[in-house]
Amino acid sequence: MPRHARVHGWLLGTLIALGGTDAQAGHSAQPAELSASRVVVSRKAAPDTGRGNRPIPPGYWSNPDWPSPVDDEAQHLFLLFDILEYRPTNLLSSNPHSMTQSGNDSNAGGENENPSYWWDMEGWYGGDYNRLWFKSEGQQDSAFKADYDIDFQLLYGRFLQKYYDFQIGGRVEAQTYRQASVVRGLLTIGIQGLVPYDYDVEALAFVAQNGAVSARVTMTKDLLLTQQLIVQLRMEANAAIQKVPEFTTGSGFNELELGLRIRYEFWREFAPYVGVSYGKSFGETATLVRDQGGDPEQLRVATGIRLWF
Amino acid sequence: MSLGVSAGAARWFSGCATRPPTPASLALTGSQVPLQGDVIDLVIGHRHFIVDDQAAEAVAINGTVPGPVIRLREGQRVTLRVKNQLDEPTSIHWHGLLVPAVMDGVPGVSFGGIPPGETFVYRFPILQSGTYWFHSHSGCQELLGMYGAIIIDPAVPEPFRYDRDYVVVLSDWSPEPPELRMGHLKKWAGYYNFQKRTASELLADAGRVGWLPALKDYLRWDRMRMDPTDFADITGYSSVYLVNGRSPTTNWTALFDPGERVRLRVINAASMTFFDLRIPDLAMTVVQADGQNVQPFIVDEFRIGPAETYDVIVELPHDRAYTIFAETMDRSGYARGTLAPRPGMTAEIPPRRPRPTRTMEDMGMRMDMGGDEHMDMSDTAMPPAQIVMPEAAGSGMGHEHHHPVEQPSGTKFDATPRRSRIPGAEPVKHGPDDHGTGNQQVAEYSWNRMHEPGRGLGGDGRRVLAYTDLASLAPNIDRREPSREIELHLTGQMERYLWSFDGQKYSDAPAPIHLHYGERVRLTFVNDTMMEHPLHLHGMWMELENGHGAFLPRKHTVIVKPAERLSVAVHADAPGRWAFHCHLLLHMEAGMFRVVAVTDPAA
Repeated sequence: MPRHARVHGWLLGTLIALGGTDAQAGHSAQPAELSASRVVVSRKAAPDTGRGNRPIPPGYWSNPDWPSPVDDEAQHLFLLFDILEYRPTNLLSSNPHSMTQSGNDSNAGGENENPSYWWDMEGWYGGDYNRLWFKSEGQQDSAFKADYDIDFQLLYGRFLQKYYDFQIGGRVEAQTYRQASVVRGLLTIGIQGLVPYDYDVEALAFVAQNGAVSARVTMTKDLLLTQQLIVQLRMEANAAIQKVPEFTTGSGFNELELGLRIRYEFWREFAPYVGVSYGKSFGETATLVRDQGGDPEQLRVATGIRLWF
Repeated sequence: MSLGVSAGAARWFSGCATRPPTPASLALTGSQVPLQGDVIDLVIGHRHFIVDDQAAEAVAINGTVPGPVIRLREGQRVTLRVKNQLDEPTSIHWHGLLVPAVMDGVPGVSFGGIPPGETFVYRFPILQSGTYWFHSHSGCQELLGMYGAIIIDPAVPEPFRYDRDYVVVLSDWSPEPPELRMGHLKKWAGYYNFQKRTASELLADAGRVGWLPALKDYLRWDRMRMDPTDFADITGYSSVYLVNGRSPTTNWTALFDPGERVRLRVINAASMTFFDLRIPDLAMTVVQADGQNVQPFIVDEFRIGPAETYDVIVELPHDRAYTIFAETMDRSGYARGTLAPRPGMTAEIPPRRPRPTRTMEDMGMRMDMGGDEHMDMSDTAMPPAQIVMPEAAGSGMGHEHHHPVEQPSGTKFDATPRRSRIPGAEPVKHGPDDHGTGNQQVAEYSWNRMHEPGRGLGGDGRRVLAYTDLASLAPNIDRREPSREIELHLTGQMERYLWSFDGQKYSDAPAPIHLHYGERVRLTFVNDTMMEHPLHLHGMWMELENGHGAFLPRKHTVIVKPAERLSVAVHADAPGRWAFHCHLLLHMEAGMFRVVAVTDPAA
């Protein structure tokens, strides 16, 4: 049966197998055959590769004590201060006497420099698909609020649709209203991720404990001037269904903030920046801001640090 | 500190190839003497490792990075006693060696690992010859320097001649703890890329091709949420690239006498780096790939992926120095060594080439479909698709050429065909499965790209090795047509640094891929990602189905290019559980890993 015989020989230091045809599975019943130099085991028509068939020790196939070969479920902690800045003065109200349209003399602070701060941080702890998100934003004397406005969110995030985190959780917001602090809890539900054209987008809806519904959309985009000098464009918009005067919220589309910040990444994690931010509140919200002595339209120079770890 | 190469000790004359190597006549790596014999002791411990005045903690084998060269002989039975002096478990995997499954050294797959303070004894017969290597398969120890070279001298003379040989272990080194690197990438995928496209490049491109096409191209990548400069997850920003443990400034040097032929055993032990290696003014004859003899092929440059090895022979007639120049694929750094007649001699270090950019082809888009206007922003032109047949690859190296016997079809004895079909030569449209949330995109069309040297290479007059140039010197033992095909998709999400097969990381798909003992199976890899992945199958050869008939090259690690469809034939001749994974170690650690189980015939 030359068709199934195999001759092994050494030629120029390499094993040259001659005469082996592509055996079909149907021929697997062929017994082992002797060739000129060695025994060829014909097992399921497989040629002998000289490796033998060493028995596997019992218990080898599954051993629960063994570790995982890879650590692909590691948890990570991420904290990003996207905005951490000082904003010296509102360029649009530098002359308080020009701001007479409201006729509201409670704008006594207009005479002063009214510096403000703003932070916007977020972070998560978790793995690839499930994360615990935390976010906090705080600002003072913005186009949206005469005095301080601080919130904190704790959300569960689930990775969805290749680019997005679905988020749900709670938010606590504290503001001032007539020199007194007011606090409320809200339910947060939303989505965050990277949309086409490389914009980071966060869209959240909030339901306050009294049922008032509001929403916020934030969008940022990085443009690289050089590898380390980066322009960040930022847009934040707020809207609400019900009017909630204690939280300076009118109904409808009520606020827009546009920012342009130029940062220099000394390290990826550490980037001082300068920028400008333009904020404007509309309709009922603008009236509420003016009533509390704030500027519903603000243009501010900002200087800060973008940090993450 | 000497350069570690003594002219006398480093010389190995194997010109007649019958003289057995002796301990005093072996090439050295670093300052190490090769270990040989039937019993070899290895000790794993921490060591202060200093690169360019920057010290960091490394995981060393017998106190050095790389570890010692282990020199074995085909046919011997070796015992390797590995003592763990770390405070964490360790392991050693013998990369490319055909060992029994229980000796393969992958914790969680072949054994439980080596606990701190304990010694594990590996025992196996040496069934092969060539250049291989060994490294830790535990956690990120390999990223910290735990790797070394293995040379196995053949039982019979080799079919090529050389006067001496050197091991060239390429690697990447960073003082940053590996967990931190992974964290950076999980949080900020572009963390290490300082070659992104910027405003000034947009201006330059606009000047070259016009504003509208340039803007269109930039917007197109933005629309896809992809970065066309993504060639390396970890770059020269944080890494130094080493030759035998030495940085470009400390310049590892190999000595030769003018007129000699030198064999370089190039091993890419880097954890995250592809290298494009060339020696300016020297042609290299590739004689082995992944330790296996190939039909000699002359090149000026070759790309070597993590875990691959190539053995090349260079002729050095002149009394001058040559630079071994291994640029990283993303051009952010390089490894450098020197071939010199005398210590201290150096040659010019060539400038690095500009970093390449991805094209729509890499995204799996067919430019000839739909008449889509395509602007290739890349500076490198692709050579025409062609298959260099082995007949054209004769090099007069002294080996006998096997000429195919022209016989009418149906003749039983024409069993050494020189040509075969390349699976995936025609583009294949992707199926409806988009591999779920864990996968960013699919290659709409995938096709075989083995004839391409790779993005960033070619088009500059250099002869660059392509996978279709590799043909086994000996005919394949197993020449059955694979009885079935297993298709695996390489998947990932760059933004989150998720890497997987078929959209599932290992922990989500721990069930093994089953092979039947003795069967010949075709594994078809479809790369849905935009990056090259070096895939490594433990325990069994992958015969690269690159069109060479009965002379398919045998590899333990194959690079799959973006949007490529590449097939290998595997003879499942080793029962047991075997690891199969991407050898970019952070991809592996992120979940691009599977177990392949070859069913025990006795079970």
